[in-house]
Amino acid sequence: MEFFASLLVSGVSLGGQYALIAIGYTMVYGILRLINFAHGDVFMVSGMIMVYMSTVLPWYVAIPLSVIVTVILGGTIERVAYKPLRSAPRMSVMISAIGVSYLLQNLMTYITAGQPQYYPNNRIPFLSKTVNIFGTPTQWAKLITPVIVVALVVALTYLINRTKVGMAMRAVSKDFETSQLMGIKINSVISTTFIIGSTLAAVGSILYFSNYSVIVPTSGALPGLRAFVAAVVGGIGSIPGAVVGAFVVGICESLIRGTDLATFADAFTFALLIIILVVKPTGLFGEKTTDKV
Amino acid sequence: MEKTNKKSLVYALAAILCLLLAVSLLENLNLWITVPKWLKPTSMLFTVLKKGAVYSLIAVSLNLLNGFTGLFSLGHAGFMLLGAYTYAIFCTPIDVKTSVFYKYGGSSVNFSFVEMYEKLFGENMLSVSLGVITAMILAGLVAALVAFLIGLPVLRLKSDYLAIATLGFAEIVRALFQWEAPFWGKITNGANMIKGFPKFSDFNIKGANGQVVYYMSTLVPFLFAGACIAIMVLIIRSTHGRAFKAIRDDEIAAEAMGINLAKHKMLSFCTSAFFAGIGGVMYAMYTTTVQAKPFTSALTYEILLIVVIGGIGSVSGSCLASFLFIACSEWWLRFLDKETVIGSFRVPLLRDGFRMVVFSVVIMIIVLFFRRGIMGDKELPDVMRNLGKKISQKKLKAKEGATDENGTEA
Repeated sequence: MEFFASLLVSGVSLGGQYALIAIGYTMVYGILRLINFAHGDVFMVSGMIMVYMSTVLPWYVAIPLSVIVTVILGGTIERVAYKPLRSAPRMSVMISAIGVSYLLQNLMTYITAGQPQYYPNNRIPFLSKTVNIFGTPTQWAKLITPVIVVALVVALTYLINRTKVGMAMRAVSKDFETSQLMGIKINSVISTTFIIGSTLAAVGSILYFSNYSVIVPTSGALPGLRAFVAAVVGGIGSIPGAVVGAFVVGICESLIRGTDLATFADAFTFALLIIILVVKPTGLFGEKTTDKV
Repeated sequence: MEKTNKKSLVYALAAILCLLLAVSLLENLNLWITVPKWLKPTSMLFTVLKKGAVYSLIAVSLNLLNGFTGLFSLGHAGFMLLGAYTYAIFCTPIDVKTSVFYKYGGSSVNFSFVEMYEKLFGENMLSVSLGVITAMILAGLVAALVAFLIGLPVLRLKSDYLAIATLGFAEIVRALFQWEAPFWGKITNGANMIKGFPKFSDFNIKGANGQVVYYMSTLVPFLFAGACIAIMVLIIRSTHGRAFKAIRDDEIAAEAMGINLAKHKMLSFCTSAFFAGIGGVMYAMYTTTVQAKPFTSALTYEILLIVVIGGIGSVSGSCLASFLFIACSEWWLRFLDKETVIGSFRVPLLRDGFRMVVFSVVIMIIVLFFRRGIMGDKELPDVMRNLGKKISQKKLKAKEGATDENGTEA
């Protein structure tokens, strides 16, 4: 029972971390119809930035600064790699995203000289402290993750439903061309989306890596894919869907890792993806779309 | 029309024969005369040629799916893995297997194609080649069968959903082949590697004292890849190939023309998986060991980037791009990884890993600004013919210009 409870706690926190990444995927997909394969790598780079910054700066400076640098990175990627391809076929943009992912991984391998980096958990005191829950020591990071996620999601929902920018975003995701004709500045809306996505990924990376401690250039790829699966499960384009999907994926993964079939944790995630795609392609909360001839 | 087709076929065959001859000659030059360092059999040149041949087969098989049928699949690493494992399981000699599978107390597949043929024809090159070819075909069939099963649900999905579902499939396969369960480990050796199966260097013809008499290790991948690519070209040029292209250009229009969408998509998916499986076998022969670890989505991305660089929808483009890609990443850009000092000036930035950074920047530039790749959707013969026409036109014009000048002079 205790074992199960501790698995559940880590599952919930993992789900929360995935949720923060998944929102970035789902928002970009909602607007650009693009699977941003580089998003997982932005998440990884954000972790690396934190590693390097915390060696010289105290944590209360390093955390906001790393978030800002990640946001700049995300915005730059959009400007350089996706904006020139706006009128190109969707597959070209996806290939460009794969190229960016390749570039970021190689760049980080170069900078770190292929050495795994140790995440400075001990430098962020409030995240690495442990408390006893159901008799098992649990990191604070695991406990505050769901709280942070809920707070951020509430803020984001307010932003999307109540503000002008949010309205523009909803309009663009409904119909790209018409909203352009209505005078919405598409480029600034898309940039805002990427900025929000990168901010959440940066926060997610702080929470995720303070649990895992070691970070290598490829450590963004799998969490990124899992978060994408979460976005699809929840219904791509829908933010509450992404959050619910992420918790489902995170809890399932954590429970499977506790059994003998630990090797299949990822396989299960992807099996879930295939099943959802076949049975209900729009996901749990997705809107139904019809193709026009 | 038919006449020109026949003519071009003859030209193509002649060109391929010349290429094979040249490769074989290059490889064996060191046996007859003293050669510079870059022609020694251990030189980077031959590594690049071998790996390039392997990658060009895999790239063309991905192009068949992505470029010619418009099905954006990212599951190639999974099919390669299936092929590689099938080959390793059915071609590793039985006595080698007991030592390789020590963790599981030997393999449960006490059978090897090579040894089966050796019983029939004796221990010679013929039985090795036959064994390898049989295992290759089996590997392709296994990959195609799995593709059929996975294609039943997945091929109903559209563009990027298909991409992500096939990506997921590849990850599932990889997880499956890392499973450590005892009964399964007896077949796949769990997460450990399998080795000891025939590799490219086993095709070198050796004399009585073990000395190599004739090198075949570079020619063999060219032969296999060439044969497979030729078959794919024939498929692309057949009615099925035309149906594939119609589906790529407009699914709804193609359906209205009476093309069975489900059937042709499945056909393309299975064919591509078949050759990806064979590509996986050759990849295993190149790396000499098989392990599930390297068959990640990163491998698929690499092949996808090759296809993009070569031009989506161009077979010769994919082949060219594979050799370029491999040569750049393994050979030509190596100097970027070494710290270099010119005089007293230390060139900045150059150290381990910089090669791949430069390389990926180049790829990004190609993806962003030269979206059509090297060949676009044209093939090498078309390009040559156009080039020939242009040159002859220029000559004609130059001639006219010359006569004009003469005319005015007179």
